[in-house]
Amino acid sequence: MSSVSLLAGAILASLVMYSLLAGADYGAGLWDLLCHGPRQSEQRHLIEQAIGPVWEANHVWLILTIVLLFSGFPDAFGALCVGLAIPLFLVLLGIVLRGCSFVFRSYFTGERRTQLYWGKVFSISSSMTPLFLGILIGSISCDSVIIHGGVSENGFLKTWLLPFPLSVGILAVSLFAYLSACYLAVDAGNAELRDDFRLRGLIAGLVSIAMAVITYVIAGSSAVGIREELSNRPVAWLIEVCALGSMIVAFRGLLLRRYQQARIAAAIQVALIVVGWGIAQYPYLIRPGITIANSAAPRNVAAAIDVALGCGAIVLIPSLTMLFAIFKGTRGVTQQEQAGD
Amino acid sequence: MNNLLAARSQMGMSLAFHIIFAAIGIALPLMMVIAEWRWRATKEEAYLQLAQRWAKGTTILAAVGAVSGTVLSFELGLLWPEFMRSAGAIIGMPFSLEGFAFFLEAIFLGIYLYGWNKIPSWFHFLSGVIVALSGLLSAMFVTLVNGWMNTPTGFVLADGKFTNIRPFAAMLNPAGGPEAVHMILAAYTAAGFATAGIHGWLYLRRGKNRFDEVAIGIALAVGGTAVLLQGVSGDALARMVAATQPAKLASLEGQFRTETGAPLRIGGLPFPKERVTKYAIEIPDGLSLLAFHNPNALVKGLDQVPEADWPDVRIVHLSFQTMVGCGSILCGFSLAAFWLHRKRRLFSRPVVRLIVLLSPLGFVALEAGWMVTELGRQPWIIYHILRTRDAVTSLPNISITFTVMTITYLILGVITTWLLGKHVIASPETRLIEKEETV
Repeated sequence: MSSVSLLAGAILASLVMYSLLAGADYGAGLWDLLCHGPRQSEQRHLIEQAIGPVWEANHVWLILTIVLLFSGFPDAFGALCVGLAIPLFLVLLGIVLRGCSFVFRSYFTGERRTQLYWGKVFSISSSMTPLFLGILIGSISCDSVIIHGGVSENGFLKTWLLPFPLSVGILAVSLFAYLSACYLAVDAGNAELRDDFRLRGLIAGLVSIAMAVITYVIAGSSAVGIREELSNRPVAWLIEVCALGSMIVAFRGLLLRRYQQARIAAAIQVALIVVGWGIAQYPYLIRPGITIANSAAPRNVAAAIDVALGCGAIVLIPSLTMLFAIFKGTRGVTQQEQAGD
Repeated sequence: MNNLLAARSQMGMSLAFHIIFAAIGIALPLMMVIAEWRWRATKEEAYLQLAQRWAKGTTILAAVGAVSGTVLSFELGLLWPEFMRSAGAIIGMPFSLEGFAFFLEAIFLGIYLYGWNKIPSWFHFLSGVIVALSGLLSAMFVTLVNGWMNTPTGFVLADGKFTNIRPFAAMLNPAGGPEAVHMILAAYTAAGFATAGIHGWLYLRRGKNRFDEVAIGIALAVGGTAVLLQGVSGDALARMVAATQPAKLASLEGQFRTETGAPLRIGGLPFPKERVTKYAIEIPDGLSLLAFHNPNALVKGLDQVPEADWPDVRIVHLSFQTMVGCGSILCGFSLAAFWLHRKRRLFSRPVVRLIVLLSPLGFVALEAGWMVTELGRQPWIIYHILRTRDAVTSLPNISITFTVMTITYLILGVITTWLLGKHVIASPETRLIEKEETV
């Protein structure tokens, strides 16, 4: 494997981590928006507890993805920033508002109404950001972003304001909501709260199945390249079958209230969906013109970054494991329960 | 507003906003760790309260710093796609390493902030130390990138394209090291004095109390030490600029003519049309002495560069004077403060009032310093290689995104300040401490 493909693989891996970790944080924001019923404030409290210690670390996966993209594939990053400037800007706005409103809400000491208002900003921006992230993924997969000499051929709206990117956006929102509900059901301190998120997980899971089908259908007319890859490559079949399998396991886990099982299976499912997309997109970074090979940094640069990534991972992996062991381990949950009692 | 100006304004505004939070994000963890260390050593309650209070401030500021930093990493591409396309591969290394430093910071900050009762106390302390160190590393890596834009190295330029790229040589460019040291010390200075000022103000309001005294003590120790070291670092940086970017040095100093034994100007206003700097106090041979450590050294003036390639000399010179002025005042005060501390007279009301009065100067110097380095490099985005106007995006109506971002940041800035005020000034623990003091 060449140093350049290794770097592309690292970007995909980073994107998978971002989806599994930050994706769930965004999903939690959507559930915050949709909190209702008698346990409304308990639900909000659970969401806040669940994402508080980890959201910043989770967010760094996006920074890593972007940094690796512009270091390893500067031409692709340049094209992305021109053709998809508007959705990128909206993602940024969402990231800023989500992060800030989350801490503002947590630390607000004044009127309750203002605090609720921050909660709204937090939950709305949490729901919008994955929509635009999905739109970005959809846009680079459907042959709409064509840049010549720094100018976008399809302008700045027709690169992304299309049925396929929009449906990928909604798919991303529903998948993150599903993932998040599966995580929250484990984190929840009591049976009723678990049931709330169990139901939400099932609903969001069903919506994401529907959205996956719709996206596939729309791809037939506007994202032909990636659809062909998804339908014809044996590796893609394998991944699709495995994703389907983990989805069944996750649904079974939710139905039988085996939440630990549902959480792991849902995470595997979402990871496989992102990996499947990456494999179907290969060797393109931005369809139709920009591939891994024609936008890559020189080989020695890619190799140096690979080495830096390897060294970084030696420090990063144990640190991350520790973070999650402290706050998401079984010990963390029982302590939260005690605190709740 | 034309697109280039709008893009520059948006970038400048984003940087100016982010740098405040980034600087506090570097320095506050250090002060927080010092407070926790003092608590572990003395078991005095005030230190623990202080560590916890500062940790709260860090949470709010780190969140704003993290998201505004993300904005910058995207804006590099959104506003300057041609810059990123041509230079992305060269500056990728420090950015990638910064990514890992940022990861460590975020992970251990989470552990530090939310883990008070979940992990052994030595490990909690260690997490704080890692946060402080990784913040410092992040700042270093990012400033190395800015250094490269000023003194680009580590490649061969062929047909306007970068070839034969050596990532580590680019990262270790001549400007990078001195700039990074200067930036990190500036962060400690700015945040140290600002924190001392806030606690000084509280001290005046609440009357004599141990809590604010130890807070002022730690903050001044950090800020004062940093600003004194800044003198050495500033000298190294200025000599580097003199050697590698003579036009930049000339605009910092308002030096229009090339001459030996150039004078050092204190204050003054450059008149670019008349090619003269008026109303300055001139110290003969001063600039030659400072920039080259030789009173007769030849200092290249702006006359060596076509006028079209001059930066905005007036703003650059005034920013530089502001930075040096604020730095000098703080240096003088720090020396006095260390002496007063030995005489045990640091906490008399007039001195504390002076601390409050001087507290914003660190941030003023920090912002002015970034104006100097960024505006002084113009019209180049990569010094003598790529012009800023050739790097800007083809996306129209940047003034719209500039307006949206500015309004958003203004609102965020106001709320963050207000929240910090609420938490530092009026939280219940404060009253608790006051009560203990009066009993």
